[in-house]
Amino acid sequence: MAQTITSHTLVLPAPSGVRVVKALAILTLVLIASIAVGLAVGRQPIDPAGLFSDSFSHTLFFRLRLPRVLMGLLIGASLAVTGGALQALFRNPLADPYTLGVSGGGALGASLAIALGWSARVAGIPLVFAASFAGAMLAVTLVRTIARTGAVVLPGALLLSGVAVNLISAAGVLTIQYLTDPTSALRILRWLIGSLDVVGLAPIRQMLWVLAPAWLALLAFSRQLNLLAIDEDTAATLGVNVRRTETIVHALCALIVGVTVSVGGAIGFVGLIVPHAVRLMFGEDLRIVLPGSLLLGAAFLILADALARTALPSSELPVGAITGLLGGPVFLWLLRRRQQYSAM
Amino acid sequence: MPKALFEARHLEFAYAKGPVVVRDVSLTSTPASLTAVIGANGSGKSTLIRMLAGLLRPRTGTILLDGVPLNDWRPRLRARQIAYVPQSTATAFPFPVLDVVLSGRTPHRPMFRFEGPHDSMRAVQALENAGAAHLAGRCFSSLSGGERQMVILARALAQEPRLLLLDEPSASLDLKHRADLIRTLGRLRDTNRLSVIMITHDLQLTGSFDQLLALRCGEVAAAGLPDEVLRNHILREVYGDPNVRAQRMGDQTLVWVDL
Repeated sequence: MAQTITSHTLVLPAPSGVRVVKALAILTLVLIASIAVGLAVGRQPIDPAGLFSDSFSHTLFFRLRLPRVLMGLLIGASLAVTGGALQALFRNPLADPYTLGVSGGGALGASLAIALGWSARVAGIPLVFAASFAGAMLAVTLVRTIARTGAVVLPGALLLSGVAVNLISAAGVLTIQYLTDPTSALRILRWLIGSLDVVGLAPIRQMLWVLAPAWLALLAFSRQLNLLAIDEDTAATLGVNVRRTETIVHALCALIVGVTVSVGGAIGFVGLIVPHAVRLMFGEDLRIVLPGSLLLGAAFLILADALARTALPSSELPVGAITGLLGGPVFLWLLRRRQQYSAM
Repeated sequence: MPKALFEARHLEFAYAKGPVVVRDVSLTSTPASLTAVIGANGSGKSTLIRMLAGLLRPRTGTILLDGVPLNDWRPRLRARQIAYVPQSTATAFPFPVLDVVLSGRTPHRPMFRFEGPHDSMRAVQALENAGAAHLAGRCFSSLSGGERQMVILARALAQEPRLLLLDEPSASLDLKHRADLIRTLGRLRDTNRLSVIMITHDLQLTGSFDQLLALRCGEVAAAGLPDEVLRNHILREVYGDPNVRAQRMGDQTLVWVDL
C-alpha cells in the first residue's frame, strides 16, 4: 500500500518569548563569571581571607579593584546597548557610537569642559557629563541630518558623515589641548586614551544615577526598534511613531554615550561587536539583542580590562587598545560579509 | 448603498519643492471589496497609496476611516484596521521569515509582551494564505524578490486588517503565484469581508475586482467597474499609447499592446 504523506509539519524556531529567558539567563551567568575574574585578576594579588582583616587588601579591593570592575560594567553595558540601538535605528550593521561619531562628539564636549575647568556639579551631576552629552547630541543630529534624504537613510552617507564628525572632533580636541594649560592638557590626554581608572565608589554612583534610567528607557523601546530594524515603512504602518522614536532613541544614546565618554574616554568597537555577538548567539530580535548586549557588553569590557591589566608584566595597556585590536578585525569582517549581499 | 469603510476626498500631494503629483483624487472603499488602481509609471499611484497608508500627509483633502479622519486614529488602533505592503522590502539584518510575519501581530499585543502561541498560529495561517508556508524556516534576506513579497503579504495578513493596501504585489510574482494572489484576495473578501486597494500593472488580474481607478498624471482618468474602465479608448489615454487594445473573452478581459 502506498503511503502518502500530505500534511507537512513545520519545524518552527522557539518563539522570542522563550528565547529571551534563556538568553538573559546565560548572559547573566557570563557576566557574573567575568565579574569574578575581574575581581580576582590583578598585578597585586589579593587574599580573599584578608579582605576585612588586612587594611591594605581592604583598600586595594574596595577603593581600586571593585570600582574599576564596576566601571567596566557600566561603560561596557552602555556602549553595547547604544550600539545595538543605533544599528537597529539606522538599519546598518556597521553603526555604533564610535563609527557614527557620537563618541567623538562627546569627547569634544568633554575636553572643552575639562579645559575650561568646569568641575562644578548641578544636582550631583558633574557638568562634564552635560558638556559631553551636548557634544554627542550635536554629533548624532548632524550625522542623522546629513544621511537622511527624505524617507531614506543612506548607509554610505551615514558612515562617511560619522567619519567626518570623528575627524572634526579629533581636530577640535587637539586644538583644545594645544590652547589650554599643561595640566588640563595632560588630563585630557590621559582621559582620551580610554581607561577605566577610578578611585572609590562615588563616581560609579554618580554615573549610575544617569545611566540606569537611560538604559531602562532605551530598553522600553526594544519593540519599536525591532520593527524599525525590519523596515521603516512597515514599522510606521504597524503603529510605531517613527519620528518620535528616532528622536528619543537618539537623545538617550547621546546621553548614555556622553556620560560614558566623559568618564572613560572613547573606547571603540564595544558597541559594534557585542550586539553582533548576541545576534549570532540568540537571533535578530531586538527585544533580546538589547538587554543581551547590556549584559554581554558589561562582561566583555570587564574581561578586556582584566586582560589590559595583566597582559604586560611591567605595565598596563589601555583598555581601548584591547577593544580596538579585537573590534577592528570584526568590523572589517562584517564589512566584507555585508558586501556579499548588498552594495553600500 | 453600503457604508464606506474608507474614503479619500479630493487628495492633493506634492513633494517638497516638487510639482503636484496627485491632484483631486477621490476614492471610496466599501467593506468586502477589491479595488485596483492602475496607471502608467509615475502617474502618482504609489504616492496615493502611501497617503492612504498614513505614510504621507496629503497637502489638501481628507482621508476617513470609519468616518474618522485617518490622523485622528491612534497609530496602534489604526494598525489593526489597515495593513500596507510596499513595493519591495529589504532588511539589513538576516531576520527569520517567521519573525517578520510575527511583527504583524504587534498592534494586537500589549506593549511589553512577546507574541504568544495564538500569534504564532495566526502567523503560520497567514503564511499559508499567502502561499509562503514553505518559507517559514528561511531567512528573509536570502529570499528572492517574489518570495519576499509573499512573506510581506503574510505579515500584512497576520495583522488581520479590514483594509489591505498593496503596492504592485504581483510585480515580481510568476504566473501561478499571481493567480494564487488574486484567488486569495477574493476568498478573504468573501469569507473575512476584507477590503483591498491594490496598485497593479496586471490588468488581466483585475477582471474580478469590484472597481478600478485609473490615474493619469496624478488625476483620475476613469473610475468604475472593470468592464467600464478596461476599454480601448480609456486605456490608450491612461497609458498614452494608441496601440493598447482590450478585448473581452468570456469573463476575462485581455489587454495587450500591438508592437
